[in-house]
Amino acid sequence: MINRNPQLNKNRVLQHLLTTEGLPAAILLKILDTAESFVGVTERDVKKVPLLRGKSIVNLFFEPSTRTRTTFEIAAKRLSADVINLNIAVSAQTKGETLLDTVDNLSAMNADMFVVRHAQSGAAHLIANHVQSDIHVINAGDGRHAHPTQALLDMFTIRRYKREFHNLRVAIVGDILHSRVARSQIHALTTLGVPEVRVIAPKTLLPSMVERLGVHVYHDMSAGLKDVDVLMMLRLQNERMQTASLPSSEEYFKYYGLTPDKLSLARPDAIVMHPGPMNRGVEIDSVVADGKQSVILPQVTFGIAVRMAVMSILAGNQV
Amino acid sequence: MNSKLPDAEALLDHLVKSIQQDLDKDYALVGIRTGGVWLAERLYQKLAITKPLGILDVSFYRDDFDKVGLRAQIKRSEIPFDVNDAHILLVDDVLQTGRTTRAAINELFDYGRPASISLATLIDRDGRELPIAAQYVGAKLVLPSQQKVALKCAADGKLSLRVCDKSQTND
Repeated sequence: MINRNPQLNKNRVLQHLLTTEGLPAAILLKILDTAESFVGVTERDVKKVPLLRGKSIVNLFFEPSTRTRTTFEIAAKRLSADVINLNIAVSAQTKGETLLDTVDNLSAMNADMFVVRHAQSGAAHLIANHVQSDIHVINAGDGRHAHPTQALLDMFTIRRYKREFHNLRVAIVGDILHSRVARSQIHALTTLGVPEVRVIAPKTLLPSMVERLGVHVYHDMSAGLKDVDVLMMLRLQNERMQTASLPSSEEYFKYYGLTPDKLSLARPDAIVMHPGPMNRGVEIDSVVADGKQSVILPQVTFGIAVRMAVMSILAGNQV
Repeated sequence: MNSKLPDAEALLDHLVKSIQQDLDKDYALVGIRTGGVWLAERLYQKLAITKPLGILDVSFYRDDFDKVGLRAQIKRSEIPFDVNDAHILLVDDVLQTGRTTRAAINELFDYGRPASISLATLIDRDGRELPIAAQYVGAKLVLPSQQKVALKCAADGKLSLRVCDKSQTND
């Protein structure tokens, strides 16, 4: 039988990290707190701890990614694990079967953890349901579904700069429809008690019935950014222009690009975030991306500590 | 059961006196979380220490990670001085197996190469599993193996000792 939520094992602790949806606040907070300790480690001369010595972590990337794969690799190495990087391009027809065969082969080589990125939603779930109970799976992005470590590093960054979640107004701006990052962010923000989450996007880039996730919808960016504490920009993928979701990148920038003028509508101490890689001049103006309210580079740094926390919590949770 | 336990405050005074005799070493104090930090804070108030107080949380260096996973409450380690060439005095509330001290020594070496590391403990109890000894000891204690001795810190900073069954503790 397929287990619908295989993230938690029978002791109700985290066995896999597949999505932020349905995870209790206590588990999210434990990851953030543990990551805080790892930030301390990454500030030392020796940026390594012996926690996962002897463990093998396989980065299984079926979709191209440089940044996410690299941060997972650095995180694993700083935990003293051995890292194997596999970048696998697969044809659509062979996906299902090849995926589990690949996993079986790597499991036979005694892999302890899989970090999985796949263009198909549910790929990490499929693997998590398939592997032995002593193997852990981390979803590093699956289709339009989820990208939980990105959302967690965003939550870590917000807490670092804003301290609390319960008094914040957060706006997520851009291509919500195709964004696994946005979905994971919305679930995490809501669970951690953010009272007002706004999504700002043109109608063509919003999923239908997005309000059901508990967010407020804005099509006008000026109205949506008024008095927000946190701006979470999303990457606009170029292929959206080809599929006629949008007229042009210039047109998009005019209405939804974050410029200093639009940013001035938010609270003066608002922070600007972006999961990267950025399209300067499309979803964000360079002046803002490099400006003093931008926390985009700290996000990258914190991302390593957050992934170290997730890997070490999973590895320590045995049935 | 607690009647045979020594008074923690008296042991603290005893520790202060014995460390004072060696203060020409210019010790840097490092408390091991959690009980060791309480003790180190009190020692820091009473001794003329020049370097700021350090704190270690040895969770990432423990040897029982494969058995018990990560501890519930991890805080970050803070070593606010240069470990290279420093004479470090590690402070822990109870020395038993020596495994926590081993983890702390390993962690310290990831900050640099100290000139020396010494160990001060309020209670030196039986049950050593590693060749580790404390230079400064409040009192030696022998207890049944299923019991543990733990330090408590009151709101006003006053220290006290208690004995309990290992199964009842949550750390």
